Amino acid sequence: MTADTITIRFFARLREELNTEQLTLPAQPGLTTGAILASLAERGGAWTQLQGEQPVMIAVNQTMAKLSTEVRAGDEVAFFPPVTGG
Amino acid sequence: MISIQTEDFDPAAEYQRLRDSGAGTGAIATFAGLVRDSGDLSDVEGLYLEHYPGMTEQVIEGLIAEASSRWDVRRARIIHRVGRLALQEQIVFVGVCSAHRSDAFAACQFLMDALKTSAPFWKKEITASGEHWVEQKNSDVARSDAWK
Repeated sequence: MTADTITIRFFARLREELNTEQLTLPAQPGLTTGAILASLAERGGAWTQLQGEQPVMIAVNQTMAKLSTEVRAGDEVAFFPPVTGG
Repeated sequence: MISIQTEDFDPAAEYQRLRDSGAGTGAIATFAGLVRDSGDLSDVEGLYLEHYPGMTEQVIEGLIAEASSRWDVRRARIIHRVGRLALQEQIVFVGVCSAHRSDAFAACQFLMDALKTSAPFWKKEITASGEHWVEQKNSDVARSDAWK
């Protein structure tokens, strides 16, 4: 990770279905987690589920976030299914 | 104190440690969750548990802080296992020390209910015919929301 990128992490079912544990994207002014999901969904295939009916939970820097949360260079964004521990 | 680990734990030893929480402790409530043979699927042979290292501990710290602000909590202990677990193995332990039983019961149940819907753990059921990521249950969300 360099200073002008954002790290994206996926967990559990999403990690498996996207066959991706982690990727990096360039940071842009005003970028939100919702915009990241929309652009990743354009990759097609399994990625379209990021804009689908199944809920995708979002964390920014390991704190729960919303679609409107702004993301800055150096941030760690995580997308994952609803949690099922315990 | 929070432990996320692959290894098993000893509830008797954890209970003894909770007893050392001071002379003000008059009640200890503990809970243990085990791997069951049916969930989303029947004939479950085991589980695989994944988590988000760092965030998991942070979320549980927050839950313990919330429990401590709502009830008399002298000590809280949470252990959650990850990785591959066989039938009847222990998954999770929650122990709470309080002055009185009502606070110990309430804080223990709150921690367990809130952990299930907010700590970033994911369970996968393993059967002879395949694997299945467990879906979050509306009933679990309702139990957790009831504490709000």
